Amino acid sequence: MESCNCIDPPWPGDELLMKYQYISDFFIALAYFSIPLELIYFVKKSAVFPYRWVLVQFGAFIVLCGATHLINLWTFGMHSRNVEVVMTTAKVLTAVVSCVTALMLVHIIPDLLSVKSRELFLKNKAAELDREMGLIRTQEETGRHVRMLTHEIRSTLDRHTILKTTLIELGRTLSLEECALWMPTRTGLELQLSYTLRQQNPVGFTIPIQHPVINQVFSSNRAVKISPNCPVARLRPLAGKYMPGEVVAVRVPLLHLSNFQINDWPELSTKRYALMVLMLPSDSARQWHVHELELVEVVADQVLNLIKPIASVKKLFISSSLAPDLPEFAVGDENRLMQIMLNVVGNAVKFSNEGNISIIAFIAKSESLRDSHAPDFFPVHSDNHFYLRVQVKDSGSGIDPQDISKLFTKFAQSQSLAARNSGGSGLGLAICKRFVNLMGGHIWIESEGLGKGSTAVFIVKLGIPECSNESKLPFFPNVSANHCQTNFPGLKVLVMDDNGVSRSVTKGLLVHLGCDVTTVSSADDCLRVVSQEHNVVFLDVCMPGVDGYEVAIRIHEKFTKRRQGPLLVALTGNTDRVTKENYLRVGINGVVLKPVSVDKMRSVLSEVLEHRFLFETC
Amino acid sequence: MEVVQMQRRFVEYAASLFREGFLDGQFTQLQQLQDESNPDFVVEVVSLFFEDSEKLLNDLSRALDQQNVDFKRVDSHVHQLKGSSSSIGAQRVKNACIAFRNYCEEQNTDACLSCLQQVKQEYSLVKSKLETLFRVSARSLLLKDKTNLESGFQTSFSKSDC
Repeated sequence: MESCNCIDPPWPGDELLMKYQYISDFFIALAYFSIPLELIYFVKKSAVFPYRWVLVQFGAFIVLCGATHLINLWTFGMHSRNVEVVMTTAKVLTAVVSCVTALMLVHIIPDLLSVKSRELFLKNKAAELDREMGLIRTQEETGRHVRMLTHEIRSTLDRHTILKTTLIELGRTLSLEECALWMPTRTGLELQLSYTLRQQNPVGFTIPIQHPVINQVFSSNRAVKISPNCPVARLRPLAGKYMPGEVVAVRVPLLHLSNFQINDWPELSTKRYALMVLMLPSDSARQWHVHELELVEVVADQVLNLIKPIASVKKLFISSSLAPDLPEFAVGDENRLMQIMLNVVGNAVKFSNEGNISIIAFIAKSESLRDSHAPDFFPVHSDNHFYLRVQVKDSGSGIDPQDISKLFTKFAQSQSLAARNSGGSGLGLAICKRFVNLMGGHIWIESEGLGKGSTAVFIVKLGIPECSNESKLPFFPNVSANHCQTNFPGLKVLVMDDNGVSRSVTKGLLVHLGCDVTTVSSADDCLRVVSQEHNVVFLDVCMPGVDGYEVAIRIHEKFTKRRQGPLLVALTGNTDRVTKENYLRVGINGVVLKPVSVDKMRSVLSEVLEHRFLFETC
Repeated sequence: MEVVQMQRRFVEYAASLFREGFLDGQFTQLQQLQDESNPDFVVEVVSLFFEDSEKLLNDLSRALDQQNVDFKRVDSHVHQLKGSSSSIGAQRVKNACIAFRNYCEEQNTDACLSCLQQVKQEYSLVKSKLETLFRVSARSLLLKDKTNLESGFQTSFSKSDC
């Protein structure tokens, strides 16, 4: 036998089985060699990998395992001793490395896991920061919204629109599902649903005011979270499937004018509150945040300031006089003109604690147009335009002459001005100046100094309408010799009187004169029924618990232009003398003392229709 | 003729009511409003007045009967009554109401009660007088109709005679 220094394989196996083992070993070796290559490739790709040496270890372990299997390939057949030695070395090395790796893994895997958890933690933190950024941004926006909201509200004119706008803007800013305002009824015993955001005409739904939740809300000036099952919050059927959104209620202080005492300023009765209810969308996980509640509280508080007639509280006498040569109709931007008037008169009221404010309006002739205050204002006259000059003089705190030039610049505030502009952001006069300039005019303020009052003057250019006979009445009275109508065929009249007997009598009188009469017995019905078709509305201003003057104002609010509304005549049983200004201020065209005779009614109607005003001299 | 007598009686009775101050010029106005298109105007308005006033007087009695009299409520009822009575020209009722309101302002319960008695009295007086007036006027109307019918028959008979 040749001594070939070979080693026999331990056991000679089956040919087939050996073949399979051979193939498997080959593939295992292949795989084992390729894994480290892949690892190296991936590690090279990712710059950040903290455990390189682990990789090296693992790599070594795998390579050696691969080597073992590779070398195994030679040991199937007869092989030399060298091969066996190499095989053994490889195996030993593999054993060492794999044991070391196993031991290391125990140490490493927790580290690796913690990396993962740290990564998760960081991700959460990033998400939280994102949310907070979003919140800050929303807060800023709501801050901006509040300013825009109050500005918008100041530029609207009437209480109804103010309240409705408040609800709409709040709903938009806070993305509310529903927002509603409950006003106290005139008896003060119930709350009536007056304005809602989503429903067009809220049903005149009332609930008694004595309710623990309502008392709780009224007793503090904070916005209070209430249960959605509370009667004030059950405004509409549940929109969402599962959960109604959170509801918050806040009180809105109101100034209540009780029975406008003529010849005496209206008295302030004890504080009355309206209730504003705000609902978040249902089926959302949204909750009321502190800044949102603060916004609601601020708005609720401000609403009163916007609709409070400041002048009446301050006991200021406001008088207005219109020159007789002013045309009856003019063409211009009514809304902007009203805003200018409100701003200018509002300033006069704000800065006078007592005394009087006078408003004069007249046509500006060319001599008076050139003013030292407006050296570069060159008005051009033409046939179809005229210049309206309005002067508002107050006896208030006055302005330092040095500060006058700064008044119209945006946001400019000086010491004395800071007091003047404490209520607003300083934008009001700047905006007025812009509007007046757009109307081809000029605005300025004169003052002799601090404490000496001031006069605000503005001139605007208005057009003269071509057809100045724009009487909205389709009904033209037949003019008899002494301008007294004997009959008013087809005149549409609305009578508001809560006393059944006097209502029937007034109706009978008017029917006798040929009018087409509708009667209502309450202010709400009156406001509902009154329309453009009515030529004249008779209002009983002595109805207890109803402020007839407010009804007059509300009627005028219903019509976009005052001329389109009906003529209003007040019926009163009160023989106190009333100044014409009080009536004109609320838009009442005439007043008649009850009881009315046929002749008196006839002459009232003729006068009012012809001259648009009539004031009885008792 | 009977009709003329009836009518004269009506006119005299009405005049006496005016003289004694039960009714004033406003009632005349109401009468003027009555015409062919509105033949029962006065009766309708006066009936409305009666209904209204009865209710108001009951409410007033109840309100003044309370332990704590709500003078605001009382005043508002009296205001209504004053308005109604002045609308139809019931002068004495209206004057009694004016006095009543003054005592309401003073919140004098006893005076108010006595005013209420006064108002009730005036009201029942004017009510009975008005009812009588209507009866007389209704009868005169009936008579007038009857006479018209009769004369109608007569003329038709006389025509048929020919």
